[in-house]
Amino acid sequence: MEAIARPLRQPVRMRGRSYVAFVFYPVVPILGWLDEIDATLEQSPGFFVGKPVVLDLSAVDLSQSGIMQLVTSLEQRNIRVLGIEGVDADRLSASMPPLLVGGRHCVLTQNEKKKPETRPKPTSLLLDSQVRSGQSIIFPDGDVTIVGSVSSGAEIVAGGSIHIYGTLRGRAMAGTNGNTAARIYCQKIEAELLAIDGYYRTAEEIDATACDRPSQVWLDGNIVQITPLN
Amino acid sequence: MAKVLVVTSGKGGVGKTTSTAALGATLAQMGEKVVVVDFDVGLRNLDLILGAERRVVFDFINVVQGIANLSQALIRDRRLDNLWLLPASQTKDKDALTDEGVSKIIAELRTRFDWILCDSPAGIERGATLAMRYADEAVIVTNPEVSSVRDSDRIIGMLDSKTVKAEQGEQVKKHLLITRFDTARAARGEMLSIDDVLEILATPLIGIIPESQDVLRASNVGSPVTLNDASSPAARAYIDAARRLMGETVPMMVPAPRKGLMDRLLGRRAA
Repeated sequence: MEAIARPLRQPVRMRGRSYVAFVFYPVVPILGWLDEIDATLEQSPGFFVGKPVVLDLSAVDLSQSGIMQLVTSLEQRNIRVLGIEGVDADRLSASMPPLLVGGRHCVLTQNEKKKPETRPKPTSLLLDSQVRSGQSIIFPDGDVTIVGSVSSGAEIVAGGSIHIYGTLRGRAMAGTNGNTAARIYCQKIEAELLAIDGYYRTAEEIDATACDRPSQVWLDGNIVQITPLN
Repeated sequence: MAKVLVVTSGKGGVGKTTSTAALGATLAQMGEKVVVVDFDVGLRNLDLILGAERRVVFDFINVVQGIANLSQALIRDRRLDNLWLLPASQTKDKDALTDEGVSKIIAELRTRFDWILCDSPAGIERGATLAMRYADEAVIVTNPEVSSVRDSDRIIGMLDSKTVKAEQGEQVKKHLLITRFDTARAARGEMLSIDDVLEILATPLIGIIPESQDVLRASNVGSPVTLNDASSPAARAYIDAARRLMGETVPMMVPAPRKGLMDRLLGRRAA
């Protein structure tokens, strides 16, 4: 017995489906119209990316080579032409996008995701507790305020000023983004290191006599100055 | 409800194990059912301080690994019926501790005891972080020295961030226990004062334990100092601290220097 496996014939399935596309209506002069396209692209470069485009040539009278040129210049701008309408079929060559008929108007729905509402980034950071040894508070976007002391071995890094309502025993680095006007304020300085915009003073270079009262640290040229607040 | 209390410090040699044993024994004497858990895997000491080193069969790690059950590993103190010890393993290291294992054992201990005292190892690594992980309260043992105070500060920061309580947005209740307070050196200004320590650490004080030979003597005979010589100043300070842990209000005694003969003879310097 012979067993011949006949390949099962699969019927070709075809279904109708409609799509939404942008339709361009070029007008004369074509060069001027292309400039408009360029201006749109300049404002939002990704505007036509991944979107099919149909050319409606009913408003212009272009030869075959003219149509060819138009399609090419659109492709150079990364705009793919899906089809052409409003023109005689004999004006189109085989290498051009096919002729489309029977298009209907519809409302273009923007399915771009709405950007989540971006709140402006906070420009200050408030800490309501003591900063313990080994903890590091880094806030490049602005001022840091600490209601409590900063322990030995802790560090505060701020793009803006640093305000400490307590004793500073650790390291404080203000104005790290090049902000020379940043300052460090604290109730009492027993700091290991003070720095503003990269200029620093270590504990050894801090005059102990001036430190037992509320003080501010600021940058005078390239010298870190410590002055009492009252 | 059971309370998990971690005795921790960051720095080594400040008196964590001594304090765990003394506080555990005192709480047990007060009628609480207490277990002291040694988290210092690989360097266990608590069994020695409690005089139970010759009775260890199974340990913490055996229970974590399922080799023994909790009842087999718990050692009952010979002097106090209410005091139990869960010893650490001496042959393993801290890597043998797992978060799940510790969590399971602590949960089981909670059902059996009033107080679970975790004796933390020194350092801020795995052993220390797991010892504090499930704590409700913490005793931070600090010597009045800058190094010890800074390390304690670091540990307090970890108690506020790395514990289960902290992750749930609650706080571990913290108590500061100052140990090895040398009255003579403090009088000469060679140590940080109590006020300095309290200002830096900003944590409520639960007791000040004076530096004492009694503590050393007690650990040599394998007995918590509160049992060995309950009338010694160190023992009395531990008993007061344990009463404060129980919520009693006990006035704080700052140890005063004992005047020796030479002090009395040469105590007053001419102006």
